[in-house]
Amino acid sequence: MLDIRQRSGYLFLAVILGHVLLISAQVNSRSGVPVLEAVTFGIFSEVQRGVSSGVNSVRHFWGGYVGLRQTQIENEELKRQLAEAQVALQAQRALADRARGLEKLLELKDRISLQTTAAEIIGAAATPDFRTVTIDKGTRDGLRQDMAIISPAGVVGRVVVPSARSAKVQLLIDRNAAAGALIERSRAQGVVVGAGDERLRLEYVSEAADIVTGDIVVTSGIDGIYPKGFVIGRVDSVEKSGPAYKRITVKPAVDFSSIEEVLVVTTPTPAHEAAQGVSE
Amino acid sequence: MRAAGVILAVAVALAIQTTLARFLVRGTVAVDLVLVAVVYVALRSGPVTGMLAGTFAGLIQDALTTGVIGIGGLAKTIVGFLAGIIGTQFIVAQPLPRFVVFFGATVLHAVIFMGLYVLTNQRDFGTPYAAVLGQSVGNAVVGVVAFQVVEFLPGAMERRRARSGSRLRR
Repeated sequence: MLDIRQRSGYLFLAVILGHVLLISAQVNSRSGVPVLEAVTFGIFSEVQRGVSSGVNSVRHFWGGYVGLRQTQIENEELKRQLAEAQVALQAQRALADRARGLEKLLELKDRISLQTTAAEIIGAAATPDFRTVTIDKGTRDGLRQDMAIISPAGVVGRVVVPSARSAKVQLLIDRNAAAGALIERSRAQGVVVGAGDERLRLEYVSEAADIVTGDIVVTSGIDGIYPKGFVIGRVDSVEKSGPAYKRITVKPAVDFSSIEEVLVVTTPTPAHEAAQGVSE
Repeated sequence: MRAAGVILAVAVALAIQTTLARFLVRGTVAVDLVLVAVVYVALRSGPVTGMLAGTFAGLIQDALTTGVIGIGGLAKTIVGFLAGIIGTQFIVAQPLPRFVVFFGATVLHAVIFMGLYVLTNQRDFGTPYAAVLGQSVGNAVVGVVAFQVVEFLPGAMERRRARSGSRLRR
C-alpha cells in the first residue's frame, strides 16, 4: 500500500493545487455568502458559544459570588441604565440633527421607529488580520445580512454572515469595512473606511469641505446599512496637501477592544426594503 | 503525534484565539496562536503532518473570517510543510533556533497571506511591516515558551516521582 509520507512532495503539490482551485472559484464567482463558509461558521460558532458560556459562567461566579456580590449586581444595573441613556442620547442627537431643517418628514419617521435587539459578543476573530466578532443572535432572532450593529457609544459594524443562532459581525475598523459619513458641524460628506488597527480614515472628501480636528463624524445613511445620525467617532488628525485633503484619521467612538454587548438594528433600511420589493 | 493530538492542538489554539484572547489582551490580539500550533506540530511531527495541520487549521480560520476561503489555508499549508522539513533536516532543540523558526514562519505566512489577498485584489494591507514584525516576535515568544513548557512537564513529573521514592526509602 502506498504510504503518503513517502510521497510528501506529491501530496504537498496536490494540497496546494486544491487550495488554488478553491481560491480561484471564490474570487471569480463570489456572490453572497459561500455555503461552505456559512456551514463551517454555523458549526464553529456553537463551539464558540459553549466555550464563551463556560468562561462567562466562571467569570460571573467569581465576580458575582466570590467577589463583590451586591456591588456587582448594582454595577450591572447602573451600566444597563447608562447604556439606555446613551442610546437615548444618540436618538436625541439624531432628532436634533433632523430639526435643522435639512431633512424631510418621511425620513424622520424612519429614524424614530428604529428597533434594536441586544446581543452579546461570544467570540473574536480567528485571525488577527481580520476585525470580526461573533454575536449570540442569528436568523432565528430576525437578523439578516447587512444589518447595522451599534452600541451606546456609536457604530460598531454590520452583520456579514448570519447563521441560525449566531452571526459574524464585521467591525467598522476592518480593512474591508466602510460607511457613509458626514461631519456633524459642517455637514461635509465622505466615506469612513477601516484601517485594520484602532483608527478609521475619512476618504472621498471634497476639497471645499470644512473639517477640523475634534469634529464629530456621524453616519450619513447613504450606504443603506447604517441609520443616519449615529456617531462614528471624532476627527483625530487632518493632513492637507495644498487645497486637497491628504489624510483624515478618525478615532472611533466605540472602544472595540473592550466591547462585550451590542445592539442590532432590526428596522429595515431603505436599501433592504428596496431589495425585498425587487425580490417580491 | 497522532491525528487526534493534532486536531486537539489546533482546536485548543482556535478556542483560545477566538474566545479567551478577547479577555486576556482586551481583544487586540497580535499573536496568531493557530499558526504557532501549526509550526509546533510541524517541528514535532514532520512535513506531512505539519502540512495537513496547516491545511486543516487554515481552512477553519478562513471559514471563520470574512475573507477568501483557502488563502489562509494555503499560507499555513506551505508554512507547515516547510517548518516540518526544517524540523527534520536541522536540529531545532534550543530556544534560539526555535525562535528563529517561529519568527521566519510568521513572516513567510504574512508574505503569502497578504500577497495573495493583494494579488487577487480582495484586500489592501497598507504598510504592514510593524504589525508583521510585532506578530512575528509575539508568535516566536509564545512558540518557544510552549516548547519549554511541554518539555518541562514530563521532567517535572519524573523529578516528583524520584523525590517521593527517595523519601520512602528513608
